Amino acid sequence: MSATAHHQDNDFLFKYIFSTDHKMIAKQFFLTGSFMGLIGMLMSSIFRLQLGYPGESFPFLESFMGGWAPDGVLSPDKYLALVTLHGTIMVFFLLTAGLSGTFSNLLIPLQLGARDMASGFMNMLSYWFFFLSSCVMIASIFVEGGPASGGWTIYPPLSALPEAVPGSGMGMTLWIISMALFIVSSLLGSLNYIVTILNLRTKGMTMTRMPLTIWAFLVTAILGVLSFPVLFSAVLLLFFDRSFGTSFYLSDIYIAGQALEVEGGSPILYEHLFWFLGHPEVYIILLPALGITSEVVATNARKPIFGYRAMIGSILAIGFISFLVWGHHMFITGMNPFLGAVFTFTTLLVAIPSAVKVFNYLTTLWKGNIRFTPAMLFAIGLVSTFITGGLTGIILGDSALDINVHDTYFVVGHFHIVMGLSGTFGMISGIYHWFPKMYGRVMNKSLGYIHFWATIVTAYGIFFPMHFLGLAGVPRRYYANTEFPMFNEMYDINELITVFAIIAVASQGIFIFNIFYSMFKGQKSPQNPWESTTLEWTTPVEHIHGNWPGELPEVHRWAYDYSKPNIEEDFVPQTVPLREGEEDENH
Amino acid sequence: MMNLLIIAAIVLGIIALSKVVKVLEKASTVRGENTYTPTDKENKTQALLMPIFLLVYFAFIAWQLVAWGDRMLPMAASEHGIVIDKLMDTTWIIITPVFIVTHILLFYFAWKYAYDKNRKAQFFAHSNKLEMLWTAIPALVLLILILYGLSIWNDTMEPLTAEDEPVEIELYARQFDWTARYPGEDGKFGTADVRLIEGINMLGLDSTDENAWDDKYVKAEFVIPVNRPVQFYFRAQDVIHSAFMPHFRAQMNCVPGMTTRFNFVPTMTTAEMQEHLGDPEFHYQLLCNKICGAAHYNMGMEIKVVSEEEYIAWLAEQNEFLKVEGNTNTTAQTESNSQPSQGAEEVSSL
Repeated sequence: MSATAHHQDNDFLFKYIFSTDHKMIAKQFFLTGSFMGLIGMLMSSIFRLQLGYPGESFPFLESFMGGWAPDGVLSPDKYLALVTLHGTIMVFFLLTAGLSGTFSNLLIPLQLGARDMASGFMNMLSYWFFFLSSCVMIASIFVEGGPASGGWTIYPPLSALPEAVPGSGMGMTLWIISMALFIVSSLLGSLNYIVTILNLRTKGMTMTRMPLTIWAFLVTAILGVLSFPVLFSAVLLLFFDRSFGTSFYLSDIYIAGQALEVEGGSPILYEHLFWFLGHPEVYIILLPALGITSEVVATNARKPIFGYRAMIGSILAIGFISFLVWGHHMFITGMNPFLGAVFTFTTLLVAIPSAVKVFNYLTTLWKGNIRFTPAMLFAIGLVSTFITGGLTGIILGDSALDINVHDTYFVVGHFHIVMGLSGTFGMISGIYHWFPKMYGRVMNKSLGYIHFWATIVTAYGIFFPMHFLGLAGVPRRYYANTEFPMFNEMYDINELITVFAIIAVASQGIFIFNIFYSMFKGQKSPQNPWESTTLEWTTPVEHIHGNWPGELPEVHRWAYDYSKPNIEEDFVPQTVPLREGEEDENH
Repeated sequence: MMNLLIIAAIVLGIIALSKVVKVLEKASTVRGENTYTPTDKENKTQALLMPIFLLVYFAFIAWQLVAWGDRMLPMAASEHGIVIDKLMDTTWIIITPVFIVTHILLFYFAWKYAYDKNRKAQFFAHSNKLEMLWTAIPALVLLILILYGLSIWNDTMEPLTAEDEPVEIELYARQFDWTARYPGEDGKFGTADVRLIEGINMLGLDSTDENAWDDKYVKAEFVIPVNRPVQFYFRAQDVIHSAFMPHFRAQMNCVPGMTTRFNFVPTMTTAEMQEHLGDPEFHYQLLCNKICGAAHYNMGMEIKVVSEEEYIAWLAEQNEFLKVEGNTNTTAQTESNSQPSQGAEEVSSL
């Protein structure tokens, strides 16, 4: 130890485990988040089997799930457990921590020209709280009664009363502990991102020269700082109700043969607190994905992103409006109809900045010179899913229309496309694009092509038909659609969705293989493989502490000088000084 | 043994795949290409796949419309439902062209502007005119949709008054069934309290309250008259449930500790809807649409819409609260002498 004490970065423990280097922490978030995502995805394929083939026996399920699937048939309460964990894991662990944790950590210092995050130690703590949170969430699967089973929104009283569903016992307690740890992680990370972006920009990197990725990460972090504490208070009160006999959310309840001694609480209070986080959370997922897309589209279309300032404006507008729309999840909870009207108004406003973003992406492609890297394919896929899913949001956000599609498969289809697919497409696009920055090697592009086409085809195959189920009135979170004659005839739709789901899961195997293959055997990357303008491609391929070997680079222009007229190269890095007579596009 | 073989096969497969990929990468390096920038051929192939995908996507949607179109909910069977369906149609008419046009542009541009090393992209960074245009147009369209939607929302949620002479029904939800309660001759619901739930009195009605004496409650199916406003009150016993009546475009959560409301005017009797659909088995359905526990998927009740006369006759046949055996002895203080299981049977045989 003595020899390495002065060079902690050489020490295995401090290089790979308790690293304070943002690049290593990004890789840690990437691997942990993706592992959680893999578990969440496999869970969905298990409950899809039940939905596609209700009541049919799959003996292999019993062989590894035991009592969860007696005789190979998933039991109803464990179905709910899987649905709950799938939602929780995908929303929080994959698309919040996995997405922001990976790319905010990797790109914020690199694209701003900073040596590291403002506080490397806080950054390390952020990861380890996340790791602990993941462990607790996984552990909750194995406790008596099973994991939380009240849906990822864990509305009380269902989540407060172990008598109501077995998962609301120990499993729910662990869920709350896990989320508390998660929120700590998220706050440590977000505060760090904000401070770094505001204070550690290199010389010349004004706010309006920052790449759109950084703008997206900044607004995402602000949303997280403002909304996650509210979730914390919501689950803390729930914890009190469950463990200390308070009744913040409980009132007039009779269950398991007796009336409970609870009075005066309101489950609606919980819903307000939850969705005050819950809706900004959607944009905590979407904005980084859109930021990544902006970068990938501009680079590969060899063209400046269209309407840079309008893009910043729409990110800010989306972030602001996202705090004023939570009530659209609660139109039919018994909330005052006047409030419903207000929330309809604010909700539909979100469509305006979203439309601006879509049109700007389309114009960026127009007369571009498009290189179809796998990252670019996923970015184009994101624009498609963002449109498809966004438009059905206009139906769901309209309170009068929401009455009949609320909590049906229409909603499931909508948010899986606009949030789930857009979020994952953005993340996957980022992985293909910045893999060389993480591992010094390039991912195999042929496998990337197969991965993309298999993914987008099966993704639409899974989620598009769900709109039809919803319009037929099929509620979500049903263990089987066999109990009501009006849903019996839907069996073939459900079977089709399940078949697509299984192919989709299988084709992610290609991606996983590609990640590990490329990590160890992939082609070594040059310094700037995509011929990109931003600062991260001016660092050495091999990771070093402090990112740049000598002085920090100085920035002379905005991030989107692609195909600038009168210049031979089709890109000009931000570090290149303006030529005589040349004007910075954005100043 | 079998599992071991499967694992071995997977491991060998992965190794083999690695080798194949490595060989292919080596081969392209030998051809003088780098393995990360797409080659001309790859750019061309991927570009071509763009419009092909678009066609497949559109064809898939069209196929779904044709194959499943007739399985969607039939025409609304309530007054406000018909209005809501019109709003839905209008919304589809607005968003479908947007969907089609933006998708065509997206995949057309992707195909048309595929990489060509002899060409340079057009440096086109912004245009205030264009950006104003596509901020203003969506804003205008959304404003219309918002105003249209809100007027319908306000009408739908408008509470009924005594002048509307509504039929009043309380829907009571618990794990995992529904009970519908009618106020009886006096038109007043008796008070209820979870602490009074005992034996057959599973609504917790207060038998010392005169208003409760003639209340009537039914399970499995409830009946409402056509063309008359129905005022629903919703309560829940244990967790949140949601009363979803899709054919009437009606839904409201049932929340423990509070009473929620919804009202609508049914416009088609069950018999009329059966005839309209050509399905003599058809029944209107009340479903639970808020996750409430293991048997959530099986928590329903049938709704029968009949003429006013049939409704009055049906209601007259139902037992009043005090006349149901078991309730006579139930008061706030004394204990019921009926067994819960026996009570349940009697209610379901109503």
